[in-house]
Amino acid sequence: MKIEVKNLSKKYAHNFALNNVSFSLDEPKIYGLLGRNGAGKTTFMDILSGQILASEGEILINGKNPFDNQQLTESICLIKEGHNFKKDLKVKNVLKIYSYFYPNWDQKRAETLIKAYNLNPNSKIKTLSKGMESALGITVGLASKAPITIFDEPYIGLDAPSRKKFYEIMLEEYQEEKRTIIFSTHLIDEVSLLFEEVLILREGSLVLQEESDVLRENTIAVSGQEDEVEEFLKGKEVIQKKQFAGTVTAYLYGTKEEAKMHGLHVEGVPIQELMIYLTEGKKGA
Amino acid sequence: MKNSLDENKPIFLQIKEQLEDSIIDGSIKTGERVPSTNEFAAYYKINPATAAKGINELVAEDILFKRRGVGMFVTEDAKEILIEKRKKIFYENYMLPLKIEAKKLHIEVSELMEMVKRED
Repeated sequence: MKIEVKNLSKKYAHNFALNNVSFSLDEPKIYGLLGRNGAGKTTFMDILSGQILASEGEILINGKNPFDNQQLTESICLIKEGHNFKKDLKVKNVLKIYSYFYPNWDQKRAETLIKAYNLNPNSKIKTLSKGMESALGITVGLASKAPITIFDEPYIGLDAPSRKKFYEIMLEEYQEEKRTIIFSTHLIDEVSLLFEEVLILREGSLVLQEESDVLRENTIAVSGQEDEVEEFLKGKEVIQKKQFAGTVTAYLYGTKEEAKMHGLHVEGVPIQELMIYLTEGKKGA
Repeated sequence: MKNSLDENKPIFLQIKEQLEDSIIDGSIKTGERVPSTNEFAAYYKINPATAAKGINELVAEDILFKRRGVGMFVTEDAKEILIEKRKKIFYENYMLPLKIEAKKLHIEVSELMEMVKRED
């Protein structure tokens, strides 16, 4: 499904959670949606899944607005970091309800995951630990087989082996059938290899949308003596600069080959670090 | 094959280079099947599209060929093509850094030559 975001803004009182954001997600891919706390990620995902209205602009999914549009919302599954399910329901009731709502629901997948995560179908949601509730969220998200599946920090309280299992099954699902998966998390190092494309938000604005391998290829950290580095940086867009013990290190868009020709020491920049440098020094927790 | 990938470098390139290394050192031989996109994706937990990009470049360079419904295989000339290619980038990848470091340490060319000839 094609997602078009057009001049999207969301204002709460006097603050813009999103400020005139435009981009499009044309193909079913695994997208990483990154940014610091308060960057507008959750607001974007809420609007995309038709749960809240934009203040200005719109999101169109295959040309239609998702708000209050069941035909579309049954193609979208949003799993948040908590409070996804009513407290008095049992695990098996939750699965039943979602199986009615999502036309592509994969009951077998749901049952396998419930077992893998040791969830008791007869437990009530309110008796589940945070990790268990997250595991149920992940189960629903994956089993929904919704053409647009959105995970917003879905694994609070989930331990490392359980997260690993989640990544494995998500990949498996994606290989069986491509779908748009939008993944927002602060544990970027764990998942960045899964992203085909990355979007970074800062203070309600989109600062970057790019294929992850293009980022790995074209963002570099060069270091050397100050005058040499400064010479190399002339006319280039520098993301961040640090100085230590007579050596300057600069993070910028460029190629390793070019930096090597200047005799500078050059390294790639992992996506997690790039996100930090692109969003550092601004407001945010 | 390496056990993990380097986050600082394009992933498709690492998949490509690992396959090249395996072909050059003979751990995957002419006519043998190489791991599929899905196998790479599952093993390294990477996006399958990324793995596919690395494999497809090797197909374009006549290192691998596709047998419909069966998989990707190493071509007859693969090893030869790869050794030629690696020789071309040998200077850039190995000699250039060597020279830069040597200059930093004030190592003369003659001294460098001696080191190259030295039997370890």
